[in-house]
Amino acid sequence: MAQASDARNGAGQAEVRTRRWNVSLVWIVPILAILVGASLVVRNWMQQGPVISISFRSGEGLVAHKTQVKYRSVVIGEVTTVDLAEDHDSVIVKVQLANDARSFATQGARFWVVRPRIGAGGVSGVDTLLSGSFIGADAGESKSAEKNFTGLELPPAITYGEKGKRFVLNASDLGSLDIGASIYYRKIPVGEVVSYALQDDGKGVDIGIFVQSPYDAFVTRDTRFWNASGVDMQIGANGLKVDTESLSSILVGGLAFGSPDFAPDAQAADDQANFQLFADRESALAPPHGQGQYLQLRFDQSMRGLSVGAPVEFKGVEFGKVTSVYLDYDPQKQIFPVVVDAVIYPQRLGPVHRKMLAVFKHTEGDLNGARELIGTFVEHGLRAQARSGNLITGQMFISLDFHPEAPKVAFDRAADPIVIPTLPGSLEMLQEQLQHFVERIGKLPLESIASNLDGTLRDLRVNLKQINSQTLPGVKATLDDMQKTLKTANATIADDSPERERLGQTLDELERMSRSLRDLTDYLGRHPESLIQGRPKAAGAQDLRP
Amino acid sequence: MSTPALADELGLCLCHGCGHACELSRHVHACERCGAPLHRRKTNAIARGWAFLVAALVFYVPANLLPVMHTEMLGSGSDSTIGGGVVEFWEHGAWDIALIIFIASMGVPAVKFFSLGLLLYTAQRRSSWACRQRSQLYRGVELIGYWSMLDVIVVALVAALVQLRGLGTIEPRAGILFFGMVVVLTMFSAMSFDPRLIWDSPGNDGGRTDGASE
Repeated sequence: MAQASDARNGAGQAEVRTRRWNVSLVWIVPILAILVGASLVVRNWMQQGPVISISFRSGEGLVAHKTQVKYRSVVIGEVTTVDLAEDHDSVIVKVQLANDARSFATQGARFWVVRPRIGAGGVSGVDTLLSGSFIGADAGESKSAEKNFTGLELPPAITYGEKGKRFVLNASDLGSLDIGASIYYRKIPVGEVVSYALQDDGKGVDIGIFVQSPYDAFVTRDTRFWNASGVDMQIGANGLKVDTESLSSILVGGLAFGSPDFAPDAQAADDQANFQLFADRESALAPPHGQGQYLQLRFDQSMRGLSVGAPVEFKGVEFGKVTSVYLDYDPQKQIFPVVVDAVIYPQRLGPVHRKMLAVFKHTEGDLNGARELIGTFVEHGLRAQARSGNLITGQMFISLDFHPEAPKVAFDRAADPIVIPTLPGSLEMLQEQLQHFVERIGKLPLESIASNLDGTLRDLRVNLKQINSQTLPGVKATLDDMQKTLKTANATIADDSPERERLGQTLDELERMSRSLRDLTDYLGRHPESLIQGRPKAAGAQDLRP
Repeated sequence: MSTPALADELGLCLCHGCGHACELSRHVHACERCGAPLHRRKTNAIARGWAFLVAALVFYVPANLLPVMHTEMLGSGSDSTIGGGVVEFWEHGAWDIALIIFIASMGVPAVKFFSLGLLLYTAQRRSSWACRQRSQLYRGVELIGYWSMLDVIVVALVAALVQLRGLGTIEPRAGILFFGMVVVLTMFSAMSFDPRLIWDSPGNDGGRTDGASE
């Protein structure tokens, strides 16, 4: 009808109004809409990154379309589904990553759930208390793509490719350490424990640590690590010793490292380098042990006061420690000797060790050589002695020293560990000697000695009586005679006696004679010719005198 | 029952602006009294209706898929889509609110698409089927057209009110724009449709009534 009416009206004017195309311009609107819609779809598709699935032990706090995946607190993805795994052992979380977070879908990427954690070491993830948990992510270094990940139960200690170095410490046990325990350098926290694992043979623990840059430069090949956990109290032969690092390390445990003052090999350690973990600072900074040498000592006396860990000294220098003390039974002698196992580190003796090696042309670690050497020493009187180090605590230590006067003992070169003959300790020796003395005194025939003495004394008295009654009167008569004789002699040499007078004249005569003799000899000295020619006439009496 | 002759039969056309009856045989394109352009029916009604309807339909997809609102509470943000909101309310037991949102935001546009599609299709086919009901349907579509903007108004209001800086903020997202576009485009579609076309069927017997209403 519309067409009919149009036909009825002026066709010419209607033709002016007709467009070239029979399509209305209004169709631009849906075309634009489709374009906008398509651009949205394309953009969305371009922005969408890969979908990865992460398995967690528990889906606690994970909500589909709510929980975000964050890296350095920036959202890089969102959880799309949270499902139970087929074996019901874990929870599979599907995550839609953003396109620019494609690098997180590579091997080695790590994911963990950030929840509020309160530990002795501090509080973390407080923001998640209000905002809910989120999944933390850390990109891997690998380039190969990966879709399935296993989520970490604990946040990793090092994230976001933090700069620094990892090292491995070998310890006999973990002590009070845990992942996250701090590592101190000059009491400044510079890193933390990131992992620990039992060694394959179960004989120790490998502790992985991370030291942040720039502090990692202070870890040199000479660096020693020691356990700074808790309060280290030691009652040893040297008395009471308390050692702590910091309050936090007392609570959580920690490690410390340092270098000996004399460190010639001060090159920075390589990444993943191995170090030994020492029990305390003192042993860590002590000169290097070198290889240990096990010894066995058998003591006959009680070893009360000798504890495991007690020092072993050589001429007063500590170079080893006691590893065990136990009782043994000797069926032949029917005694109970105390067996003390000890380990010594000859290298701790320093120059002695080096010089000994040089003199005996041994190489380090040559156990047979060491055996020979110790054998020689034993022949020269090397003996072990348990000595009292501290009279108050009664702690004892083992002292090795040369005792040339000690009785010879056969040295068993085949024994393993090496058995070093022992001597009783100094106190014990004194005790023994005293005992011997007392015993000897006890053994003396005191009664017979006393009766003999009694008889002797009686004889003596009889003899004395005899002397008194017979000998003494004779002696008195003799003495009287002697007195008379002396009186006569005295009278002879008195001043006014004629004999004395005559003696004086004789002496005067003798004097004159010797003077004239001298005159003669003087004259003859000056005039020897007079012996032949006679006395010259000119010579007066004055010429006779010199 | 006799009805007066139809304007079409007399060659007359009513001016939209002043209501003056113009004789089409003389002044073809403008009202001789006020100068407004004259149309017997709305220009290109069916094509425009379809065009706007298709555009609205295209926008209906992103409006439902894209988030309409971004809620940020204490550092953790979340985007919410209309469908997600409905599901969330339903899961939390607020089925009544879920139902309201569903009807207002998803049901009503869908009903409008269906209704307008039906009207346009039947008008194009010059169908004489249920003309009176179709007119009622058209009036209904025009009536609910305004109220479909409810979502847009809610988001605008909430986004303006909840701006607590660090504690929490709500921001509109692209989805609400598309949602608004859907509403506007369906309104355009409804406006460009001429309800008189319903009655322009050839078998309408002068276009007075259809068989169903008698």
